[in-house]
Amino acid sequence: MQIPSKLKPYYENVAFSKEDGRMIINLGPQHPSSHGNLRLVLELDGEKVVKCTPMIGYMHRGMEKMAENMIYQEFIPTTDRMDYVAASANNYAYVAAVEKLCGLEIPRRAQIIRMMLLELNRLASHLLWLATHALDIGAMTVFLYCFREREYVMDLIEKYCGARLTHSSMRIGGAMLDLPANFTQELLAFCDKFLNDVKDYETLLDDNRIWRLRTEGVGVVTKEQALSWGCSGVMLRGSGIEWDIRKEEPYLLYNEVQFGVPFANQGDTYARYKCYMQEFRESVKILRQLVPMYRESSPELICNNKEFVSASKEQIMTQNYSLMQHFVLVTQGLRPPVGDVYVPTESPKGELGYFIKSDGSTRPYRLKARTPSFWHCSFYEELLVGTYVADVVAIMGSTNIVLGEIDR
Amino acid sequence: MREYKDKINAQKQDYYKDRFYHAPQTTKIDIKGSEFEYLFDEFNNNFSVLNSFIELDIAVFIINKEDNLKALRKAKDLGFTTFTELICSDYLAKDNSYEVQYLLLNMNKKQRLRIVTTCKADEAIESGVCVFKGLNWSEREAYDMLGVNFINHPNLKRLLMPDDWFDYPLKKSYPLEGDEFAKWYEIDRIFGKEYREVVGPENRDSGRVDCNDTNNFSRIYHEVPKGAEPISIAYKQEYQEDEGVMFVKKVKRADSKFIEGRR
Repeated sequence: MQIPSKLKPYYENVAFSKEDGRMIINLGPQHPSSHGNLRLVLELDGEKVVKCTPMIGYMHRGMEKMAENMIYQEFIPTTDRMDYVAASANNYAYVAAVEKLCGLEIPRRAQIIRMMLLELNRLASHLLWLATHALDIGAMTVFLYCFREREYVMDLIEKYCGARLTHSSMRIGGAMLDLPANFTQELLAFCDKFLNDVKDYETLLDDNRIWRLRTEGVGVVTKEQALSWGCSGVMLRGSGIEWDIRKEEPYLLYNEVQFGVPFANQGDTYARYKCYMQEFRESVKILRQLVPMYRESSPELICNNKEFVSASKEQIMTQNYSLMQHFVLVTQGLRPPVGDVYVPTESPKGELGYFIKSDGSTRPYRLKARTPSFWHCSFYEELLVGTYVADVVAIMGSTNIVLGEIDR
Repeated sequence: MREYKDKINAQKQDYYKDRFYHAPQTTKIDIKGSEFEYLFDEFNNNFSVLNSFIELDIAVFIINKEDNLKALRKAKDLGFTTFTELICSDYLAKDNSYEVQYLLLNMNKKQRLRIVTTCKADEAIESGVCVFKGLNWSEREAYDMLGVNFINHPNLKRLLMPDDWFDYPLKKSYPLEGDEFAKWYEIDRIFGKEYREVVGPENRDSGRVDCNDTNNFSRIYHEVPKGAEPISIAYKQEYQEDEGVMFVKKVKRADSKFIEGRR
């Protein structure tokens, strides 16, 4: 037993043997695959994991607490920091919850812009996932390729909202800005180019001997496990449950576009990888359909509801009442009706939703973020037991967690 | 004199209060005659349902806390095979209780259901881990953040905060920037209690700037070693142009390069 003192803390990373062949090791928090603050305490029997205890560090920024101390509009930039890989998805999930609570009707063009951003963000998030997952397993080339293509996606998003990672691009009631000139052409050009890139990744990985050995039959998630542990997104679809919220409980204009929901029955890491690869193509398909929809839509961007949304700039500058209303909305915040709301959305990582309990004041009484990574990370307790140490990293990669979401 | 602080609700409050404002309610639809009617009958036969309605597309059933496992099991049998979230909220100031909600999902019928119970602060609620394994962490989180007690949980430990953290941060009585104990927590852990005088309390206000603190970037260009007197003259600053101008005036447009696009 170590006796810790102020100057001699625990040496937690020193592996010590418990019995013959039994060993407790800490995977992370410094391991590159563990995102900097995930620590897996693995109890090993030889190389087999007997027990796994995930610990999620003390990053704890208190997102929910912050939300309860902010007016509704103020919280939008904070949602970016939850899942910083797919910031728009978080923006939308939050904004959608507030809009549903207030009963706002979003103009069609704003919905199309939102969908474009969401799908672009989905691509960016999946690209980062593929890059890091491949790198964790040892495929360096894919990592470089994916980051190259990710730049194109981020360029597009940057053109729209000026930010590359933390977009804060959505507003309660619609969108602030229209798409810039030539955006749709560039989007289509990217769509044409990107499909070839996806083919490149697949050429590199699909039949790669090492890749298949490292991923096939590794980290198998059964249907029952996935349901019981609250898995969502690709973790669910990889184990044979065809459930995509965009399809099943459509929001925005997802019921107007054609796209498929890729799913696999094996439930292993390779199956999840194949799902992700197919999702690239489906996202591109959606993006392509959005362009003509955008061109036909009327130019309203933000809904006309003076109670919750500021009037247009022109009105604010000319009409006294609009100015007063705007002043109240900015300084005090909007006052939604009393009630509870939860809107599920399909983020790149799974089901993402914000539960808001409103007591009629300008700040949420309780805001609870339902973030997919939280459940996938808790699932490690069961998923990693019985696997080998070398596979732990592959499985961790395939679950696609972001620790910023797990921390509250 | 010590500053007065509300012990019951330490959260930010609206500055302006409109005495005549009555907040509207969200519409609550009767569950009878809706697609959720089958749930009501099944639930009512097995345990007492205190209230039920549909709020913003989600069916809500308010039940006693003793029936929570029965309700979860029944819901699971009725096709709500996966759960979405466990939400606990603090009503300690109102009636010394927590509100515990289970959010469940039926994938075949595409329905969502909220089972709502209340649990007194000094009582405990049965853990739902035996029905849905994923509740494991969310119950730990609820315990960690709000102090809700769950019985028969396999591992009810703190999840986000350190084990020896005092109080539960998501309570309404807990201040946004932490309490008296939070202020000293890291100082005590790193240096020891006897160093409190030497080190001073932790600054938990991320927006605070102390102009007398010459160490922590609060006096840019005026930093001095710890303990030394602050200096009045700024260090020499280097700008893009000679003689140090605050703003660049002579931008050489011809020298700059515009990239048409990525190749």
